[in-house]
Amino acid sequence: MGSEQVKTSRESRIELFKMLGIGAVASVIGIIAGLAIDWFPIQASEEAKQIDSLWDLLLGVSVPVFVLVQAIVLYCVWKFRVRPGEEDKDGPPIHGDTKIEMIWTAIPAIILLVLCVYAYLVLEDIEGAKADTMDVRVVGEQFTWTFYYPGEDGKEIASKELYLPVNRSISFDVQTKDVLHDFWVPAFRMKIDAVPGTTQHVRATPTREGTYPVVCAELCGLGHAVMRQNARVVSGAAFETWLKEQPGKTNPGATAGNQGSAGQPAGLSGKELFTSVQPTCSSCHTLADAGSNSSTGPNLDDALEGKSEEYIRQGILEPDQQIAAGFSAGIMPPNYDETLKPEEVDALVKYLAKVTK
Amino acid sequence: MAAKLRAPGLLRAGVLTLVGIAFAAILDLTVRAATNAEPLVNGEAITLVALLAAPFFFLGGLGAFDEWLYWASGKPSRPEDHSGHGATSWKDYFRVNTDHKVIGVQYVVTSFFFMLVGGLLAMLVRAELAAPGAQFVDPNTYNGLFSVHASLMIFLFIIPVFAGMANYVLPLMIGAPDMAFPRLNALSFWMLPIAGVMMTLSFFAPGGSFATGWTAYAPLSTEVPMGQMFFTIGVQFAGASSIATALNFLVTIITMRAPGMSFWRMPLLVWANFATSLLVVIATPFVAASQLFVLLDYALGFNFFNVERGGDVLMYQHVFWFYSHPAVYIMMLPGFGIISEVLAVKSRKPIFGYRMMAFSLLAIVLLGFTVWAHHMFVSGMQPWIRVPMMITTAIIAVPTGIKIFSWLATIWRGVLHLDTPMLWSLGFITMFVLGGISGVMLAIIPIDIHVSDTYFVVAHIHYVLYGGSVFTIFAGIYYWFPKMTGRMFDERLGKVHFWMTFVSFNLTFAPMHLIGVQGMPRRVADYTEQFAGWNMLISLASFLLGLSTLVFVYNVVASWRGGTRAEANPWRAMTLEWQVSSPPPIFNFDAVPTVVGGPYEYGVPGAVHGVFRPAGQPDPHAKEPAGASARADAAGATHHGGTET
Repeated sequence: MGSEQVKTSRESRIELFKMLGIGAVASVIGIIAGLAIDWFPIQASEEAKQIDSLWDLLLGVSVPVFVLVQAIVLYCVWKFRVRPGEEDKDGPPIHGDTKIEMIWTAIPAIILLVLCVYAYLVLEDIEGAKADTMDVRVVGEQFTWTFYYPGEDGKEIASKELYLPVNRSISFDVQTKDVLHDFWVPAFRMKIDAVPGTTQHVRATPTREGTYPVVCAELCGLGHAVMRQNARVVSGAAFETWLKEQPGKTNPGATAGNQGSAGQPAGLSGKELFTSVQPTCSSCHTLADAGSNSSTGPNLDDALEGKSEEYIRQGILEPDQQIAAGFSAGIMPPNYDETLKPEEVDALVKYLAKVTK
Repeated sequence: MAAKLRAPGLLRAGVLTLVGIAFAAILDLTVRAATNAEPLVNGEAITLVALLAAPFFFLGGLGAFDEWLYWASGKPSRPEDHSGHGATSWKDYFRVNTDHKVIGVQYVVTSFFFMLVGGLLAMLVRAELAAPGAQFVDPNTYNGLFSVHASLMIFLFIIPVFAGMANYVLPLMIGAPDMAFPRLNALSFWMLPIAGVMMTLSFFAPGGSFATGWTAYAPLSTEVPMGQMFFTIGVQFAGASSIATALNFLVTIITMRAPGMSFWRMPLLVWANFATSLLVVIATPFVAASQLFVLLDYALGFNFFNVERGGDVLMYQHVFWFYSHPAVYIMMLPGFGIISEVLAVKSRKPIFGYRMMAFSLLAIVLLGFTVWAHHMFVSGMQPWIRVPMMITTAIIAVPTGIKIFSWLATIWRGVLHLDTPMLWSLGFITMFVLGGISGVMLAIIPIDIHVSDTYFVVAHIHYVLYGGSVFTIFAGIYYWFPKMTGRMFDERLGKVHFWMTFVSFNLTFAPMHLIGVQGMPRRVADYTEQFAGWNMLISLASFLLGLSTLVFVYNVVASWRGGTRAEANPWRAMTLEWQVSSPPPIFNFDAVPTVVGGPYEYGVPGAVHGVFRPAGQPDPHAKEPAGASARADAAGATHHGGTET
């Protein structure tokens, strides 16, 4: 009995080592594969760098855990499955082993606590106050963002595009006019909910020039999917120039209208406006001529068919006056009269009247 | 006809439902007239009152309250003669039946019905998402599809199907003739279809179904059309059903164990349901409260969540998640119990570290109440709360890890019977560990800031709730199918079902991790071109996943009707439910069993879990294999009894 036990425990140990060996090789392959995957969108902020390397660390810890479990299951299936003639056999009556149980309680606990401490340090780092921070006020509403910059004389400058200077810490003060939204720039990796009645804060330091999507990440109603705008990271000098061109008025309309000089070149055709005004008409409306096919708002090919220019103009400027069947009020942004210049409204109206005749 | 109308049943229930709607209309008109409300007739108001009132009339008509009303009104109450027990035809499943086995089947079948409805909605979601832009539903319908999908799967499938399976096998496992409160048990079940029908019918509400996600975050949920109220009120009935059943389980487990069935001899399924019931009883009132706030805000202008009137938006999320995180464990712990049963029996080995398995369940219950705000790392709550919640969330992986390692040690060196229940159990371990790992990643605050509200979260919850919970549900259904129906399922189709599901499940949900990290937010009907390829693949795989479920449905329906007869104990299991015939006798045990040992003594020569004679008497069959001995006793139906406490 004694010698038999020694034999089975030695056999068992050899089996265990064999399996752990297979597991170790598979883990290395798994980690390499995990790191080779291009997980993240473009890395455009200081915070993104840190979060991405934290991710790599987590992969390095997670893959071996995953592989270990798979390896044991597969090894058991291969090695211990019932063979012909063993149908009535039972396994050895092992009820447990306190030492092993302590080990597999303690080791994961230690790994997890270490990860938490490290994550806390990263968190302190990415959220800590930085020198020379610029404040940008971000206001969400169904279904658009507006960005406000501090101007002279305490007047704010409003914009529909998020212009940011590269390599400067930005503190976003996030607010909402209606329900919950979530301000997220995937390229920066940072997000925060916009909560009614409060101002939330999130920081990011853009490190790469370019244009990146601004996304609403919290379900906010019918237009949630199309509540997308752009963040443009430009050089410090280009940012200053852009900011100077924005007249310092609290009325966001005039400024956004002037965006033409920086964002949209003036004199766009109606069709170009249809797909470029932010938020774009085409993100919510189907219009065959512009090639858009969204159904958040009414299909304009049908809804505007044969309608007068006056009707179309009212539909743009006072969207809640005429509600198409099957839709409800309050979905279309009510502020196109502020964000569009009069000549742009004219161009849009003429274009829409023409293509929906 | 009059007699038929007076008798409890579906006919009386239908008539009384109409009476209930009329009652709601009159009540509403009276109050509106008394308060000079304009306009006098408000269809929405009447519907809302009817949603609250009509279900009680329905339950009354069905006969759920008859005995209690007799008692309350001082009429002679009828002593229970058990004539309502058992089912001889399908009609017996459509009445208030107090037999825990009938109720168990009612629960399981109803849950799977709503699982198919919820699955169909998921198919529609994936069809819409197959390509960017709008395919065939408008955003309101789309938001409704995923909201109702999640609500049905959570409140009408995973939670109740576990309650149903436990309803059937738990009293048998502890050697009890029934649940502690059979009438409450029947009432619990019948509240369930009310919730399910209400949520499903929300698509016909003016303005469409509820479309704010199953999380129903305020203030969006207090401002949308009235379809939202079908969720708000439906949850009250699903929650009440859950709470009543959990109380029933707790009392049954504490007071109705067979002689000798100490807590440390209980099968782990019983432990798991004990732990789950504690969670349900403590946590579920919170979700009921959160939805009650929404109802009062919506209908009566209480302004709980209106900041202009002193409301607090974040409060909703705290109250909601104080239930809804423990709810994840409510949806997982019973599955842990199932896996322990199946693995021990199918590996022919005792559970490794039985006591640690029980303690880890209790540790999860305790820790489960300390992690809720990890759903709110980017919600704008007080930033410091995030750090302790990150630590508790990471630490809750320790008891979960103990379970996984103990299961692995259980199958290690066993004699593995790789049939359908075992495949699902092993599939569960391999998939659930991935859900656990992504859970730890989500606990790490800097990672969560980027991936919260993305498809990474969608991937995570489906690995936990599908690869985790649903795999255990299938393991349990196949494992107890012979006991519940008296028939064997088709083993070949069971394996086809497993492999089809396993492959298509991974093809569906694994890529979601990637597109989530790459920046695709969840709950959107439209997305940018960059994600088009992956989404097409996911949609195609999800259709295969949908088809695999039909294989299961065909298998169980065909096997139930014409499968080969099951023996009492086809798996050679030791727990008590297998020591009686399949299906069990109407009162479970002809002789009260006495428990003399642990439930998983496989490989121990001569070990027995329960015997059908009073403890202390010599056992003439002590040297025989356990199953044979107990089976012989059950078949012989020797009446000893007399030792029941």
